Amino acid sequence: MDHKQYFFEKFGVTERLLERCLGEALSAGGDYSDLYFESVTASSIGLDESIVKTASHGVSAGCGIRVLSGERTGYAYTDDLSADRLLRAARTAALIASGPAKQPVQGFTETRTPSLYPVPGAEADIDITAKLELLHRADKVARGYDSRITQVRASYADELRRILIAASDGTFASDTQPLARMSVFVLAKNDERTAQGTSGGGGRVEIDYFETEKTPEHFAREAARTALLQLGAVAAPAGEMEVVLGPGWPGVLLHEAVGHGLEADFNRKKTSAFAGLIGRSVASEKVTVVDNGTLKNRRGSLNVDDEGSATQETVLIENGILKGYMSDKLSARLMKMPHTGNGRRESYQQIPMPRMTNTYMLAGEDAPEDILRSVKRGLYAVNFGGGSVDITTGKFVFSASEAYLIEDGKVTAPVRDATLIGNGPEALKYVSMVGHDLALDEGVGTCGKDGQSVPVGVGMPTVKLDRMTVGGTGR
Amino acid sequence: MSNTAISSTLQELATEMVERALRAGASDAEVSVREGDEFSTTVRMGEVETLKESGSRGIGLRVLVAGENGYRVASSSSSDLTPDGLEHLVRGAMALAQVTSEDPFAGLPEPGSFGQLDGELGLYFDDVYSLPTEERIAYAKRAEAASLAGDARLVNSDGASFDAATGRMAFANSRGFAGEYGSSYCSVVASPIAQGKDGEMQRDYWYSNARSLAKLESPEEVGRIAAERTLRMLDARRVKTQQAPVVFAPELAGGLIGAIFDAASGDAVWRGASFLAGKLGETIAVPGLTVIDDGTIPGGFGTSPFDGEGLPTRRNVLVENGVLKSYVLHSYTARKLKMQSTGNAGRGLAGNPYTASHNLFMEAGTMTPEEILRQVGTGFYVTRLMGRGVNMVTGDYSRGAAGLWIENGELAFPVQEVTVAGNLKDMLQNISAMGNDLMFRSSTSAPTLRVDGMTISGN
Repeated sequence: MDHKQYFFEKFGVTERLLERCLGEALSAGGDYSDLYFESVTASSIGLDESIVKTASHGVSAGCGIRVLSGERTGYAYTDDLSADRLLRAARTAALIASGPAKQPVQGFTETRTPSLYPVPGAEADIDITAKLELLHRADKVARGYDSRITQVRASYADELRRILIAASDGTFASDTQPLARMSVFVLAKNDERTAQGTSGGGGRVEIDYFETEKTPEHFAREAARTALLQLGAVAAPAGEMEVVLGPGWPGVLLHEAVGHGLEADFNRKKTSAFAGLIGRSVASEKVTVVDNGTLKNRRGSLNVDDEGSATQETVLIENGILKGYMSDKLSARLMKMPHTGNGRRESYQQIPMPRMTNTYMLAGEDAPEDILRSVKRGLYAVNFGGGSVDITTGKFVFSASEAYLIEDGKVTAPVRDATLIGNGPEALKYVSMVGHDLALDEGVGTCGKDGQSVPVGVGMPTVKLDRMTVGGTGR
Repeated sequence: MSNTAISSTLQELATEMVERALRAGASDAEVSVREGDEFSTTVRMGEVETLKESGSRGIGLRVLVAGENGYRVASSSSSDLTPDGLEHLVRGAMALAQVTSEDPFAGLPEPGSFGQLDGELGLYFDDVYSLPTEERIAYAKRAEAASLAGDARLVNSDGASFDAATGRMAFANSRGFAGEYGSSYCSVVASPIAQGKDGEMQRDYWYSNARSLAKLESPEEVGRIAAERTLRMLDARRVKTQQAPVVFAPELAGGLIGAIFDAASGDAVWRGASFLAGKLGETIAVPGLTVIDDGTIPGGFGTSPFDGEGLPTRRNVLVENGVLKSYVLHSYTARKLKMQSTGNAGRGLAGNPYTASHNLFMEAGTMTPEEILRQVGTGFYVTRLMGRGVNMVTGDYSRGAAGLWIENGELAFPVQEVTVAGNLKDMLQNISAMGNDLMFRSSTSAPTLRVDGMTISGN
């Protein structure tokens, strides 16, 4: 792979300089040091009231230097990639340790990387007219969808992230990671009410994805459809009931209910409600959940993680039994557990930690129609705004943005926005049916942890939970 | 690469870049430059966990190119302040301005509206960096130790931290405005974990933040409150689904005020994407409810001498005695609504200005929090909210909640895994008590609030 050439040529980075910085970082002892070079170009354009009101372009580059000493982490970063600034940052990070200098491993071993996503050739500027065309198409379709659509906004945002990682254990890796996303927002109005609808998606893809896979027309229709639906929505019910989650993005349930609680750092510190539960039943035997960073073109996928390690498919829950955690180098070493390539960070200014990639539940055998038919009175939720979790108590929420009542096995009235709440180590024990229709989300997820945001994916087949608390206001 | 073109001040660099944008063909231009330093340390179980120290800079340019039907607008940003980087910044923005549309509402604020507050605003104190590293670590260690002291049920810790940061920000535009200011910040946080009889864990936290180290509360006090908050949640249970009075603790009540601000922001209003659109002059809340956004309070966390477009910050009354008095506007949304900017422009390095609050608060009432609980009799005192669950268009509100159940007018037992739901339009009309305990702990502040008629969803 030639990803590293970018840093060598543009910033004058050399292997000799990398070795010097790693050596400087271990000048006060320490078990391990690494360098994370990052260069990001990002652009976005926005169509509003059918005219292009915003266009912006940004570049940022820098290097974060980390030193590990036992359970301690020293960290410093610089946005000036000159040798003296890098060495100064290395000396700052080194202060976490206090002992005789150590030597990094001589010579680097380059991490072999797959090609999970395209590497754009020239600078992205050239296809800005093509991006604008996508937005105009979305605008036209959303406005034409129904006369009650009063406002349409569409935006296209993409970035290209180049990274280079070198570590004192000989790790050497580089990657070029594209990320694109299209979003459509509409407002619908009738005499009594106003409602919004949003839709969007993308992934580690180039612009052709929006021509061939998910078109602007698709996103526009989805946004318009959900806004109109909300105009006629009734109050969501309140209390415990049967809940059926649709395929795809409702997999955010897994991300919140079990995903965060299975990140290794929380379990190393025993602050997670899942601590000490490996080998124990944490879900119905119909439930198998994996985290997989190796899916092609997915928003949460990575050729290498932000510590330069290969990503992988990791089984978290297998037939209801908790199998393992997602780890980075530090937690794998301290916990003496497998290293799963889940070390991620938002940018060079941040310390990496265990994070999810694409987290989803494997398909079961039930037909989605049968699942809905089995519910006497409940909620069918097919789209969500987002969620969050308290990993210590295990309590999690996720907020439905498109949901319907189920009455006597039939999907009936759409309901207004409502938050669902549950307890992570318990919630999946109530999974009684799992559909054969596994789908991954359309590429909208951004996960926040300790103030750091990273793109992620989720997925799920249609799933029935016998019990879950719905936070509406109705009966 | 290392020879950066640093002008003597950020403001000079901003002004110089405005000139360069004009020379490159922009009709108007705005430039912001930021630099910042940060220090943070976390400790856990008495040992240092992380130590981080660094600084960074960034510059953003927004160009406006006049046409027959308004301005074309585009922006660029960069962390590269070398001559090469700055050249790319200008060229990048100008190139993008070729593809944007003429917008009759775009433009800088009206001439004559620019300016900045005079005098000492108390935003910058260099004492935040005065401690040697060992003492900064000691701050965090002291907070953690206090958060784990005095009760055998405090068995674990999610850590404690001490953070300090300073920053400088400059802004200049082609209408002659140029300004620059510095700010400082420090905080100490503790987050203990307690274990109940059945092994179930609870975690909560407490913090103190200040612009000056001298004003930071003692780490021991922060740790003590964190412990108290955590312990009182042990053995929390669920309650039955019901309607009951909900009392929002002051640290959460600010979120309701934030929702009023968002709903009153010009961007949501001109689109009709807000439950407050078209309600100017109407009663939207109970009498006695007054919401103010004030950018001029000395030392405030939301104070600044000028807003993101170079207008002096001011004191705006959003809601007075229950009546919606003003929307919150920057120049674009003001033009859209045929009004004047309220000095509420926020600005990132790239992109158009957006609506931002300064020191946003609800005026205090007269009742003590204890009196409010006593009057409630039976209800839910909420100390934690989860998820976003607020729809600004419809006002629908539904969030995960935890806190303490109120029985016989007193806090009786902890509650978790429930939701509280209602509609903001109704909630604002159903605020039946306001506490006298307004404290400016962050840039959004409110006293204890009682809201009636909400649905609590449990088992």
